[in-house]
This record gives sequence, structure tokens and C-alpha cells, in this order.
Amino acid sequence: MKAAQPEALPIAGGTDVMVDINFDRLRPAAIIDLTRVAELNEWGMDDDFLRIGAGVTYTRIIDELADRLPGLAMASRTVGSPQIRNRGTVGGNLGSASPAGDAHPPLLASDGLVELASTSGSRRLPVREFYVGPKRNAMRKDELIAAFLVEPAKGPQQFSKVGTRNAMVIAVCSFAVALDSERRQVGTGIGSAAPTPVAAGEAETFMEAVLDEGRLWERPAPVASSALARFGELVAAAARPIDDVRGTAAYRTHALAVLARRSFTWAWDEYRRTASA
Amino acid sequence: MRVGCTVNGGRVTADDVWEGESLLYLLRERLGLPGSKNACEQGECGSCSVYLDGTLVCACLVLAGQAEDRDLVTVEGIGSADSLHPVQTAFVEAGAVQCGFCTPGLIVATHDLLRRVPQPTTVQIREALAGNICRCTGYAKVIEAVHLAAGRMGSS
Repeated sequence: MKAAQPEALPIAGGTDVMVDINFDRLRPAAIIDLTRVAELNEWGMDDDFLRIGAGVTYTRIIDELADRLPGLAMASRTVGSPQIRNRGTVGGNLGSASPAGDAHPPLLASDGLVELASTSGSRRLPVREFYVGPKRNAMRKDELIAAFLVEPAKGPQQFSKVGTRNAMVIAVCSFAVALDSERRQVGTGIGSAAPTPVAAGEAETFMEAVLDEGRLWERPAPVASSALARFGELVAAAARPIDDVRGTAAYRTHALAVLARRSFTWAWDEYRRTASA
Repeated sequence: MRVGCTVNGGRVTADDVWEGESLLYLLRERLGLPGSKNACEQGECGSCSVYLDGTLVCACLVLAGQAEDRDLVTVEGIGSADSLHPVQTAFVEAGAVQCGFCTPGLIVATHDLLRRVPQPTTVQIREALAGNICRCTGYAKVIEAVHLAAGRMGSS
């Protein structure tokens, strides 16, 4: 269908699409209802990855996958309200590709993949290559998002978000961290503080070196506060925030450094507890 | 296009539905069910909360066509003027209703909460009703009403 009518707009939970239609900002030539495609609502293991259908709602991620994807589940809990989480999907978040989408930072931190399907087959793209501009992604017009893939957590994960209240908030900025104790990697993701969701590569490399040099994975001790501060600075430096209705660029830069420092500390404290247990 | 679905237990159909129409418009303007309120049309306020196949949703964010062959329950299906649901009675008695505009959405959302969590804590109530905006009550009476309903429904 999408190949025959590339202008057709796919709709799943409608939490983005319907707002634009209701407000007369969007008059699609055709709409494809994805909620009838049963396989989009399924998830399961695919080799080492969890393959999660694009139509799985935030509520189901929280209820069914919080043990294996704690970072994404934390982010899902901050999405909208119960009504929105019952309808909204990660597939929709990827399709809209808003820099403020809550699912993006944990997917970046866990180095996930997006599976795109078309009549010519399917391809898998790293999430880190998927966002190409504000509300723009790397999909072709004849493609639909079938699923996303992410490895079950191999260590503690955290997500934090700044907003004006606890619900119904579009992030002022957000940050996710995922520790991989097998590969000894630190993954990061920044939301709502650059034209696209972005990872903080230099911060990751820096913290991995700190943990390796201190042999901290083997002997889990607290990370020095100077290293934590530097990690926060590098995360903030990876952002390219703007002033907008939700906050200023300066505030976002400051807040990101704080979120990064705290989130990493929470994750590292959890690693230390589990490693010494 | 024609849309057919089950609403409050009965099969209904509507003709000439516009393809971009919301379920909320379908319910209010075509099916004569104005209980679900139209306020924000962007999922922010919860005034149009209904059940879609047993799941609490904002009717304004569901495309009417997505409701084809689905099962819907609106506030009209939860209680009637002659026979209020215990959640509705509790809202009246606790003074959780002022202008009343947000009340249908709050009733449906509270109904959903008590179905899943029969004896919720205040924190759980706040979390469950976070997507229902009330501009009059300040929520204190709403939360009292939910506790009142939970107590009565649990003991009956």
C-alpha cells in the first residue's frame, strides 16, 4: 500500500497524527491504519536482540518489558498520561522523529536498530543513523517502520527528564544512560537539546576510560567527583540546544550536565550494589 | 465512508464519515452521545476519555475509521441518570463536580483505575488521573471522591 501510494500517512496510536489533523495542519491524501497489522503488536527475541513491533504501546513496554529494558520503560512512564501511553508507540516516536521524543535517548544509549520494511524487502538501520534533522528521519517514502531492535539490558540503565510537571510534559531536555558490563561500555542519549536526538560520544569514551583505568568494573568503587563533573560537561557539550517556549539554551546546557552526572551516578551505584552482592 | 462499531453494548453504524474524522466527532455529532466532551482535541485534557476494546483512550486521538468493528464504552455506558455508577455517586457526594465539563472523562478514567487497582493510594490516583485536567476543583475533592468510590465498591 505504501509503495502504491507513497504520500499515504501511516497512523498507529494517533497521538501525533490526530493532533495535526484536528488542528487542520495536516490533510493527508490517504491514511494507512497500522493498528490492523497484527504483527506490529508483537515482540520477541531475534538472536541477541529483542525485536519489538512498531505498534507496541508504551503501556505494554512498561508492563511487559521493564525487566529487560529498564531505561526504555522509565522513559515510557514519563510519556503523556495513561490515555496517551495506552495508544502511543515507539514506532510512532521514531516516525515523528521529534527531537523531544522520550523513546529516543534510551534507544540511543542501548545502540538500538530500526527495522524498515518496503515491498523490496527490509533493512535495519542503527538508531544512531536514523535521525537526520528536526522531525526528519532516514526513511524512504515507500517504507514503513516494522520494528525496533535492542539488546536486553546488560547492566543498569537510567532515564531522566526535565519538565514543568510530572505528567503530560514534552521534555525541556532529557538524558539516558545504559551501562554494558559485558562489553564495558557506557551508552548515552540526549533528548530535546539538539536538532535531533543525539548520543554524547566523547562523554561515553571518557567515562569508559575512567572506568577501565581505575579497574572499576572489577572493583566497583565510586567514580571521582571530578570525573563525574567532566562527564556532565561532555554530555552538555554534545548538545546543540536552542531557546524556545519550553526553556532557554543556557538552561538546557546546565540541566543536561546535572542530569548526566546524576543519572550516571544512579546507574553506577546500582552496578556497585549488584557487583558486590 | 461507513463506520460500524459497538457502542455501550449496541451495534451502530454511521454514514458519510470523513476519513480524517476523530472518534470523538463520530460519537458526539453522528451517534448522539455528547457525554464525551470536546475540549483540547490534542489528548492533553482527558475530557473525551472512553474505552476502546477495554483500553482507556482519548477519543479525539482515535481516527473514526480505526473504531471499525471495535467495542466502545463511553460515559453514557457506565451509568445513567436513573442509575448512577458508584463512581458517579461518589463524585456528586464528595463535591468533585463544579462546572462538570471534565467530569465525564474523570468518571471513565476513575472507572478504569478502580477496575485495575481496586484500592488505590493517593499517589496512584494522581498518576492515573494525570491526563484529566480540571480547571475548577483543584483536584482535592476529585481524589476524595475516588477514595470514597473505592471504599464503597470494595465493601459491596
